[in-house]
Amino acid sequence: METSFAITGKGYVIIAADTTAARSIVKMKIDEDKIKTLSPHLLMAYSGEPGDTLQFAEYVERNIRLYQIRNLYPLRPAAAASWIRRTLADSLRSRSPYQVNLLVGGYDEATHSPSLHWIDYLGTSVEVPFGAHGYGSYFALSLLDRYHNPEASLEEGLDTLRRCINEVSKRLVVSPGKYKVKVVDKDGTREVEL
Amino acid sequence: MSIMEYNGGSVIAMVGKDCVAIASDLRLGNQALGISSNFQKVFPVTDRIYVGLAGLGTDVITLRERFRYRVNMYTIKEEREIEPETFAHLVSSTLYEHRFGPYFIEPVVAGLSKTPSGGLKPFIAATDLIGCINFAKDFVVSGTASSKLFGLAEGLWEPDLEPEDLFETISQTLLNAVDRDAYSGWGAVVHVLTKDKIISRTLKGRMD
Repeated sequence: METSFAITGKGYVIIAADTTAARSIVKMKIDEDKIKTLSPHLLMAYSGEPGDTLQFAEYVERNIRLYQIRNLYPLRPAAAASWIRRTLADSLRSRSPYQVNLLVGGYDEATHSPSLHWIDYLGTSVEVPFGAHGYGSYFALSLLDRYHNPEASLEEGLDTLRRCINEVSKRLVVSPGKYKVKVVDKDGTREVEL
Repeated sequence: MSIMEYNGGSVIAMVGKDCVAIASDLRLGNQALGISSNFQKVFPVTDRIYVGLAGLGTDVITLRERFRYRVNMYTIKEEREIEPETFAHLVSSTLYEHRFGPYFIEPVVAGLSKTPSGGLKPFIAATDLIGCINFAKDFVVSGTASSKLFGLAEGLWEPDLEPEDLFETISQTLLNAVDRDAYSGWGAVVHVLTKDKIISRTLKGRMD
């Protein structure tokens, strides 16, 4: 089943999401990228109802881009998370709400600090040192309580992420096979191989 | 599965001698799974009013933003700060506007209101999710641990507590109540409003 993790460390946020697109019991695709780059220093992992996820992610992507074109500077991570949350909260009380869960991670160039927001489809948003969505969260969160270190270097952060992925592979019956991992820090966003 | 208990969390307010206190836990969960131990539910409205929002997490944030907007509009139109009694009615009418599709929040208001003689009088109130106000003279509670909070507050609270004693009373009431509730806890925050200062303290709690 769909799983995504995010970890903050010293000057960076790592976001990982599985790459399977499943319908019922069938894997339709095994290389789907579920992490969007919203702006030069902002990443968003999305999961939930197929169809809603991509539609909503693209809507967010374009609106964040529009803000940047209009104002000549991008939204900071907390402001972007706040706008995304409000969009989901308004959608929740509409006739057909988006069922999308998000992890919004970014590097705030004004304060030189990483920031990570955990957002669910209800529009619940909270800033966290680490977060996860899906069945994997039941294993990863307790593991991260033990091993997360806000002062960890990128390599140490990736090690912690590997622990999470290994634990989920070991214990979860319906565990995903492959993950895509992206990092955002002072140099911008990039994909890394585990 | 009740929507009021989906994210967990509790709030309490108490009256003291020329002071009031309001406190909440810091947990945000998805049912039994804890997500955050730093989810604020108590917010300043003016220099002399605080509001605590216990209930569904998304509506905590939405209502905070909505109250901020409405209080700002009131301040601009009236050219003065809102009084706690007035704010309690603003909370009530905001919630009743959504009578048939409510925000899943039971708010608690704590503040110091001006008396005609120029002094300050403690004020607390709580409402249900559709805005029925409860003006209490002693204490008000809200959230998933409300039944436990009632029991402890009934036993620990006494009239005319000084600010430091009121802080101790509300802290012990909250911490011990949330330890008996699986959906509340994970730390707490306490605000004591007195005539010349506001004391805000973050408390450590059991992390289980």
